[in-house]
Amino acid sequence: MIRLDRVSKRYQQAGRDGLRGVSLAVGEGELVFVTGHSGAGKSTLLRLIPRLERPSGGRVLVGGVDVGQLPRRKVPLLRQRVGVTFQDHRLLADRTVFGNVALPLEIAGIPRREAARRVRAALDKVGLLGKEGAYPVTLSGGEQQRAGIARAVVNRPPVLLADEPTGNLDPGLSDEIMRLFTAFTGIGTTVLVATHDMGLVDRLGHRTLSLREGELVADRPAREAA
Amino acid sequence: MARRTGHGATPRRRQRRSGGWAQRLVPRTRRRRDRPRSRRAPPAPLLYLLRHGQAAARALAWARSAPVHSLLTAAVVGIALALPAVFMLALANAERVAGGWGAGAPRISLFLEQDAGTETLQRRADAIAERPGVAGVEPITPEEALAAFRADSGLDAALELLDENPLPPVLVVTVEPSLSPSEVSRLADRLAGTEAIARMRLDQAWVERLHAILALAERALWSTGALLALAVVLVVGNTIRLTIESRREEVEIVKLIGGSNGLVRRPFLYEGLGYGLLGGGIAWGLTGLGRWSLAGPAERLAEAYGTAFTLSGLGLGNGLLLLLIGAGLGVLGAWTAVARHLAAIEPR
Ligand SMILES: Nc1ncnc2c1ncn2[C@@H]1O[C@H](COP(=O)(O)OP(=O)(O)OP(=O)(O)O)[C@@H](O)[C@H]1O
Ligand SMILES: [Mg+2]
Repeated sequence: MIRLDRVSKRYQQAGRDGLRGVSLAVGEGELVFVTGHSGAGKSTLLRLIPRLERPSGGRVLVGGVDVGQLPRRKVPLLRQRVGVTFQDHRLLADRTVFGNVALPLEIAGIPRREAARRVRAALDKVGLLGKEGAYPVTLSGGEQQRAGIARAVVNRPPVLLADEPTGNLDPGLSDEIMRLFTAFTGIGTTVLVATHDMGLVDRLGHRTLSLREGELVADRPAREAA
Repeated sequence: MARRTGHGATPRRRQRRSGGWAQRLVPRTRRRRDRPRSRRAPPAPLLYLLRHGQAAARALAWARSAPVHSLLTAAVVGIALALPAVFMLALANAERVAGGWGAGAPRISLFLEQDAGTETLQRRADAIAERPGVAGVEPITPEEALAAFRADSGLDAALELLDENPLPPVLVVTVEPSLSPSEVSRLADRLAGTEAIARMRLDQAWVERLHAILALAERALWSTGALLALAVVLVVGNTIRLTIESRREEVEIVKLIGGSNGLVRRPFLYEGLGYGLLGGGIAWGLTGLGRWSLAGPAERLAEAYGTAFTLSGLGLGNGLLLLLIGAGLGVLGAWTAVARHLAAIEPR
């Protein structure tokens, strides 16, 4: 589903390398952790997939499509099919939780009634059903994070990227969110989770990619007895 | 580096465990993704309307979040549109007054040679009546002229002294009211050069001057109109630029989750459309107000000149035209801002 072929990413103005010659492949319905120290390139790796960044070298393929070669007007379609949760949430301040989560459905042109049903289902899954009318500023960090997750999954994208999805969550909630992601792999969704939380990684035993200084230093397969 | 060791074990097992519903969905991500589009999404034209409705609603919400600024912009647009509209109305009314000469003047007086007989007079009258642009020809024999002169002037005694009628036969030509002053004078010159005509007199100097002034005013109207249209485009463009700046985060997020450029652009264009329409409406109202406040004085002025005259207003057609022009300029202004500033926003 996702293939990186000797991908490097150099940030021109900063003159730093985000990624250096990373090659990997993730299959359909797989859940993979991406770990590494801060600044290792986890976010950079994720951002290449919906073309929020373009690689400076190598190729990024999503569903067999070379993302770097995608014409500009097709980029929105790619992004609609890649759900992303961001480290800094990126919620719209002047929309309620409901409005934020409904946004991808609005973009896809889903009729209101159907959209409302799906939004509630997504909010239910992240445990935010009671907060649908709240504005993001009135939410705690973890609640904002979960609203972001609901927005990423509401359209049931075939690819789901989560950047530090559990950073602000207590262990109980973390496990809940991870269970949600795992459930998505059950319907064929490919999930990439960038995280520092080695405890979580070890506990769940999914396949784990380790980055260091922009290089892929380990690719640990899933533990059999997960 | 790229080892794909061991992946796939988890999902396959999960599939088995989760039974029926997963079984149906798993191998067909593609289909599952496409099916909602064909089954649940409304047909294309409806979807199109829906999207435009959403964009318009969004624009309205933005405008509501900064009501004073939005109303000020609309007011400026309205005033800028009202100025040329009022100017145009004044001009149209002035032209209507100037057009009042249609019934009497202008007349072309053609004086025939002294010795031309009644027969020549009648023949020339018939010939000239045939010409294009001529509405009517009235032949006046020297005798008739003298009689009229006597009656009008009261110089009976003095005229008795003349032993011979000094007046020449005259043809009084009335022209079609549709002719412009320059066309009238060209016609008069042409007639003056024809057979048996000795002299020609055309008294329309004041009409010519008036028309020259009106033509000048019309030219001025077009150039101020063009300048004010430009002002509207700039004002709306600037307001939209500010909206884009204050909505930067929103634009980024919408692009981030797959909003197309068209989708991102639409609410801004609707905002421009809104300013244009509202401004056009304000301009319409302002011209109506102006007309209402001038109606009394104009009537009194007309009375003083012994004519009946009412100021004409924009009328429905021109009012709608004003709205249309406002809408067009608003969208154009929004477009200039969107083209310059929106594409530059890339999601981080
Ligand atoms: N927009 C940018 N411009 C310049 N340099 C950048 C940019 N984004 C990331 N970098 C650099 O690229 C490297 C990798 O950054 P990245 O955000 O991928 O790290 P990360 O693994 O996500 O770290 P963290 O765990 O702190 O989120 C860092 O050295 C960072 O400074
Ligand atoms: Mg990061």
